[in-house]
Amino acid sequence: MAEPMLHLEGLRKSFGSLIVTDDVTLDVMPGEMHAIIGPNGAGKTTLINQISGLTAPDEGRILFAGNDVTALPPEARALRGLSRSFQITSILPGFPVIENVALAVQARTGSSLRFVRRAADEATLNVPAMAALEQTGIADRAHARAGELSHGEKRALELAIALAMKPTLLLLDEPMAGIGREEAEGQVELLLRLKGQLTMVLVEHDMAAVFALADRISVLIRGQVLTTGLPADVRADPQVVAAYLGEQME
Amino acid sequence: MTAATLAAASRSRLLRPTRDVALPLLIFLMFALLPLFAWLTAQQYLLDLGARMMVFAVAAVALDLLVGYGGLISFGHAGFIGLGAYAVGILSAQGIDDALVSLPVAIAVSMLFAWLTGIVCLRTKGVYFIMITLAFGQMVYFIATSLAPYGGDNGLTIAARNTVAGWKLLKSDRAFYYVALICLLATYLLCRALVVSRFGRVLRGSRENATRMATIGFTVRRFQLVAYVISGGFGGLSGFLLANSTEFVSPAYMSWQQSGELIVMVILGGVGTLDGAILGTVAYLVAEEWLSGLTENWQVIFGPLLVLAVLFARGGLIGLVSRFWRFGHG
Repeated sequence: MAEPMLHLEGLRKSFGSLIVTDDVTLDVMPGEMHAIIGPNGAGKTTLINQISGLTAPDEGRILFAGNDVTALPPEARALRGLSRSFQITSILPGFPVIENVALAVQARTGSSLRFVRRAADEATLNVPAMAALEQTGIADRAHARAGELSHGEKRALELAIALAMKPTLLLLDEPMAGIGREEAEGQVELLLRLKGQLTMVLVEHDMAAVFALADRISVLIRGQVLTTGLPADVRADPQVVAAYLGEQME
Repeated sequence: MTAATLAAASRSRLLRPTRDVALPLLIFLMFALLPLFAWLTAQQYLLDLGARMMVFAVAAVALDLLVGYGGLISFGHAGFIGLGAYAVGILSAQGIDDALVSLPVAIAVSMLFAWLTGIVCLRTKGVYFIMITLAFGQMVYFIATSLAPYGGDNGLTIAARNTVAGWKLLKSDRAFYYVALICLLATYLLCRALVVSRFGRVLRGSRENATRMATIGFTVRRFQLVAYVISGGFGGLSGFLLANSTEFVSPAYMSWQQSGELIVMVILGGVGTLDGAILGTVAYLVAEEWLSGLTENWQVIFGPLLVLAVLFARGGLIGLVSRFWRFGHG
């Protein structure tokens, strides 16, 4: 068996007396689209935060491409190819759309200790940034201020920033949250196109999207992994139906 | 990718004619012509006042780099001015009075101090950052007051202005004035280039959303430290000029009141514009000069004026200028 792209081992995290991650052990294989589902408050975002380095786990280890990254800060993980999008849109609202993405290209490809040349004019940064914007379908908005985008466009920008990092592992925290049916379908199509090119962890409440995209699904309930399996098996699991899917499928 | 999107990708944002070209041109033209005006009207004190404005504007522009572009409110910036000034004063007391030595030393000492304290200060955020920079500023203030061999509380008189490679360039007030003008212009142009450079973009991005910057791979604190060191260096330049202008150094140069005045200058002019820092410095020193001529307790009038300015001139003086410009054009 190949080495997993992401290996979580005995991860624990609590905030005070509240246990939000309870002994999570999980493998995500290279090229896999791995969905994590579960009710609100199951600890999905906290888990993503621990993988991306924004929250330190109390116990356990995180291995990315075989290397222990548990102690690494988020920026070091990002530069190793671990990229993420946020559930609550996290962009630079005062910057033009293209500069939001160009910054990601700048972080990945070159020195940022350059003090004189005008960064906004650098084709070496703008061309890959434009490509990421085209990929997510908002190239026509490149010169708008990011803060002026519609909610759906902001979600697309969020994804463009993550893709511009050329990640090997992409963490997607509810990419469909709060967007319309049509935009969500566009998002699913985009992710389907990306599938296989990189490894993805998808946290999502939109079950149609999850079952359309995921290779495997882990169900998280109160910080614990209830089960991990193929979509068909998870859908049929009486425990999952009782704990979560029952209410979603109605 | 189509040719059109490629063109769009490398298209530069056009300069805004008023804010980016006309206004700075006007500011520097007025500084350049002030000595002529002073000579024609036989008001020599204007030369002094103008030089003072430019000396503090160097520090204010550097502070705006932190406050306006980095979101870092440094309340100890007068400390860097003081370090630069004392470098000149102490070297002069030791018999070294050439700018070729004292200027690099003034800048290097300030940058070194910024680097050492910045490592500590930047571990904090918000109000704590303000407090800890204030604390370091006060630290150098108290060190200066206890420097008995160099005047202690009373400060230190400098025998003569620095020479430049043995040449008494700064001796004449008018020559000093133009040297200060060149220093301000250089500071302004360097900062202007810096804020739109790759480095400046990371600094501005970190102010807007530090979490996002970290998750795309930037060690935010490292860039903030570099900005702090650069800003401190310009503070040292300002101190070098101040010591040479007054031929005197005093602990008062680095008091927390002086740091507060610098912040007021930046806010009064308009944060995050660089031009605003210069305008704010000019307005502050003009108001001080004019009001202190009216009454000894000029702060009683100046205080309320500041409050009004903050309340009604949102975006500072630069905001007023842009609004008038728009009004005039449509």
